[in-house]
Amino acid sequence: MTDQTVRGTVVIDVEACKGCDLCIDACKPGVLSMTTDETNTRGYRFAELSVGCTGCRACADVCPDFCFQVFRFHEPKSWSPEGGFS
Amino acid sequence: MTERRPDGLTVLPSDVAPTDAIQVADFTPDLVDVGEHHLCPGCGEPIAIRAVMDGISLLGLADKCMAVFGIGCSTAFSNNLDVEVLQALHGRAPSVATGVIRMRPELAVFTIQGDGDMANEGLQEVLHAAARGENIVCIMLNNGVFGETGGHLTVTTTIGQRTKNTIEGRNAAEHGHPMRIAEMLAQIDGVGYVARGAVNDAGNVARTKRMIVDAFTAQQQQLGLSFVEILTMCPTGWFIPTDEAPAYLAETIAGTHAVGVLRSELT
Repeated sequence: MTDQTVRGTVVIDVEACKGCDLCIDACKPGVLSMTTDETNTRGYRFAELSVGCTGCRACADVCPDFCFQVFRFHEPKSWSPEGGFS
Repeated sequence: MTERRPDGLTVLPSDVAPTDAIQVADFTPDLVDVGEHHLCPGCGEPIAIRAVMDGISLLGLADKCMAVFGIGCSTAFSNNLDVEVLQALHGRAPSVATGVIRMRPELAVFTIQGDGDMANEGLQEVLHAAARGENIVCIMLNNGVFGETGGHLTVTTTIGQRTKNTIEGRNAAEHGHPMRIAEMLAQIDGVGYVARGAVNDAGNVARTKRMIVDAFTAQQQQLGLSFVEILTMCPTGWFIPTDEAPAYLAETIAGTHAVGVLRSELT
């Protein structure tokens, strides 16, 4: 995996999530995914973030359970599998 | 910091807010309480009601508005709203709102009803309120099923749409034809604004928010009844997986109920 630019990030309220998959399809960069086995305390799968978020807020717009806080970094960051954020 | 899932995907930490970033969207929208609600996974109604609340918040009407809820799944969500809420009988919300607006004409009175509530139980209420030119905003959340009552078809169920008693899809010979409520209201004199939005993707949510703002602006300008129909997903009532519901809405429902502004007296 090569270095990737990360322009934003989301904070996910895992306990509010009901695992409906709407954010997965809404996410244009395709960086959200549902857990497969892991569940929250209510027994639902929940969304997880991987590298490449642009902070476009599409996930927050379509989420019926209001799980997402969306942030855009002041300066885009680059991410590599070895060094993490830099 | 990062963890790796068994399938090889890298998962970034997403439980604390970053310090070197600006916030662009909030999971705690104005006027909607945080916390869990009991609507099904993938339901479109919280998205639609959030759009309504965002519109009210944008226009600064929060402390001078009154919501009138009908009966339906959306009623369960009324407890989560930080505005005054009045509960009407099944289908009678526009008539209750008429009483409120006549006594308190300075308020921004709006109704939120489902399609079963507004179009099946109390269609004459909204038609007569429109013909009288009552200065209220009526919102109809249209998913084509009686969600709370048990998933039966409604008059807005489109041809080919699955519900509990049209499991093979509605067909006109057996179940009749769907009604287009927004088109019906758009031709009535005394109506200030009529539009139909949808919440199946982020673009349509943003469009629907603009319609809500226009509807409340028309109400503030006393142009008569404003009506916004919002197409919402009901994966439970349509018997499909939650992730297929937005595409199902676009293919099956939006073909009959076309999204767009049908009438606007705003200048």
